[in-house]
Amino acid sequence: MSTLSMAGYKKRRGGMILRYVVASALALVFLVPFYAMVKTALSTNEEIYSTTFTFWPSDPQWGRVPELLGDPRFLDALKNSAIMAVVATSLSILIAALAGYALARIPNRFARPMFMMVVIVLLIPGTTAFVPNFIIVASLGWIGTLRGLIIPGLFGAFNVFLFRQFYVNFPKEVEEAAHIDGAGYFRTFFQVIFPNTLPFASALTVLGLIGSWNAFLWPLVVAGSGQSANTVQIYLSSFLTAQTFDYGSLFMAATISLLPVLAIFFFLQRYLVAGISATGLKG
Amino acid sequence: MSAATSTGAAPRTGRATRKAPDRTRPTRIRGTGIAFWLFFTPFAVGLLIFTIVPLLWGGALSFFEAKGTVLPSQFVGFANFSDFLTDTAFLYSLRTFTIFALFIVPVTMASSLFLAVLVNGIPRFQAFYRSVFFLPTACSYVVASVVWRLALFNGLDSGVVNRMLSGIGLDSIADWLSASPYWWVVLISVRLWMQVGFYMLLFLAGLQAIPSQLYEAAAVDGLNPGGWRMFRSITLPQLRTTSTAVLLLLLIAAFQAFDEFYNLTGNNPETRPPLVYLYNIALGPEQDFGHGSAGALVLTAIMVLAGLLQTWIIGFDSNDDTRRRRLPWRRRTPAVLPAGAAAATTGGGAASGAVTAAGVLAATSADLAGSGSAGGADDGAVETGGAPAAPDIIRPNEGDR
Repeated sequence: MSTLSMAGYKKRRGGMILRYVVASALALVFLVPFYAMVKTALSTNEEIYSTTFTFWPSDPQWGRVPELLGDPRFLDALKNSAIMAVVATSLSILIAALAGYALARIPNRFARPMFMMVVIVLLIPGTTAFVPNFIIVASLGWIGTLRGLIIPGLFGAFNVFLFRQFYVNFPKEVEEAAHIDGAGYFRTFFQVIFPNTLPFASALTVLGLIGSWNAFLWPLVVAGSGQSANTVQIYLSSFLTAQTFDYGSLFMAATISLLPVLAIFFFLQRYLVAGISATGLKG
Repeated sequence: MSAATSTGAAPRTGRATRKAPDRTRPTRIRGTGIAFWLFFTPFAVGLLIFTIVPLLWGGALSFFEAKGTVLPSQFVGFANFSDFLTDTAFLYSLRTFTIFALFIVPVTMASSLFLAVLVNGIPRFQAFYRSVFFLPTACSYVVASVVWRLALFNGLDSGVVNRMLSGIGLDSIADWLSASPYWWVVLISVRLWMQVGFYMLLFLAGLQAIPSQLYEAAAVDGLNPGGWRMFRSITLPQLRTTSTAVLLLLLIAAFQAFDEFYNLTGNNPETRPPLVYLYNIALGPEQDFGHGSAGALVLTAIMVLAGLLQTWIIGFDSNDDTRRRRLPWRRRTPAVLPAGAAAATTGGGAASGAVTAAGVLAATSADLAGSGSAGGADDGAVETGGAPAAPDIIRPNEGDR
């Protein structure tokens, strides 16, 4: 910004127009995949295979929406994804907030070694953990269940780390006042501390919701061949390996699967950006 | 709950009797010992069952033959490791990763920096353009793969790209995903589209943390505002820390690529990155958990090494600030954080790259805060849009070192 308000601004008006042209052209390119998706979802099969370009389907196939929503497989997948996103995110935030608070504010001689353990666990990448995690989930008999989908992901060391850093810098006076008024740790935490954490927790929640809704590898590992714990991503992916499928319906399903995330994106964008800054950007 | 009720009525019992050097907690209340464990146990138990036990179990299993079962059947020593490391398919997957990284890393870096500079240089509708470029981040790799494979790069003449090719008089390509140079176009473009917005945000934050006095001084010295020389002699050097972080983040993310490869090219041995290869060993038809566990350990070791390397590089990169050198914790904090880079994904696959990335960013931002001018770093950071999300969380804290 600052560079623009300086001398030579007027001379560079042409440059400014060029910038808007380039930015708008790129923005259009970025939107093409979304456009192609929605257009295919609404096109008749003849239009999908047609080589002549039409900007918008002449006869939008809205009938695919009730058709899909009547398909129990798709509904189950949506339901599983929703349960997983909401339960996994809220529980993991709560667990991490409690643990982070303990590490930051409850004096205990194990606090430091436990924190060191969290930091060491942070070193281990989560993506390769799917093999050992499969082993434990399989021996618990949780393959193909929602439990197997949700529970192993609840104990993220990174969130504990973030909450601990958050609480270390939290003003002490607030909780001291609560303690003086006679509140124990639990009441202090749930009535005084956690409500003050909400903006930060919401930011992490938004990131978590999008992350679990879009997760693929772990649901693929757990859902296995069964269909009882398919998430919507697994449902969509199964068509890519299937021999025959209906293009239009697949694209409509993809579009529907994107709607919750887009809703979060548009309505909670401030939390999303805040989450990214909180987990990383802001100094 | 018991702690709450038992201490509920109890007034503060006085100052800490212990000479604990813990400055964070001057008051001491009843039930302190048990409260810590009440708060920490849910996480500790989960971590034990779902991180530590699997690791030990997997580590043990990697020395055994275990096909189609997660129980060890026959001790084989280091054979699983040597098999895995000498398997040509594994080496081929490393080659695939290398080719992929050679393209995706520089292309994403250049594009995200370009977008950041472009958006940063626009006085109005900045938020709109930023949102549009960031929008693909909301998409899942599966949805993107569906669109890329069946709409954009469909081998039929009706595919979007094929139609564009024939529009400019070129032959359309019958199969984008089973011939060598073409599949890279698909694989690289989909990842570029998915992740460039996120890295643009990082560069934007970096750009906005550059003190405007630098530009003003350069303008006084006769440099053209917004010109190439201004960019080269001020913007680029000032973005060095951000660029280093972005570079390493991109490398790690590329190494963990899974979703789009699985959904676009499947199990094709020629386009299998390491994680798809590992998935195929452990959870493919063979269900070979002995080799799978050994492979998981090898890949984990590679990533831990990369994380440490990254720590080392970032930790020593921006040492131009004397204050930073004087305070040891300034240097130590990045040593802890980049670890989080590779770690944050709990079974999320490559899709949670955003969260993953955040770890290193934390390190970067600590650097930025340290090297920026006093007010500049905070004022210029990405708008938090009204959510005052703890600007200080990541700041290294004197009290805890």
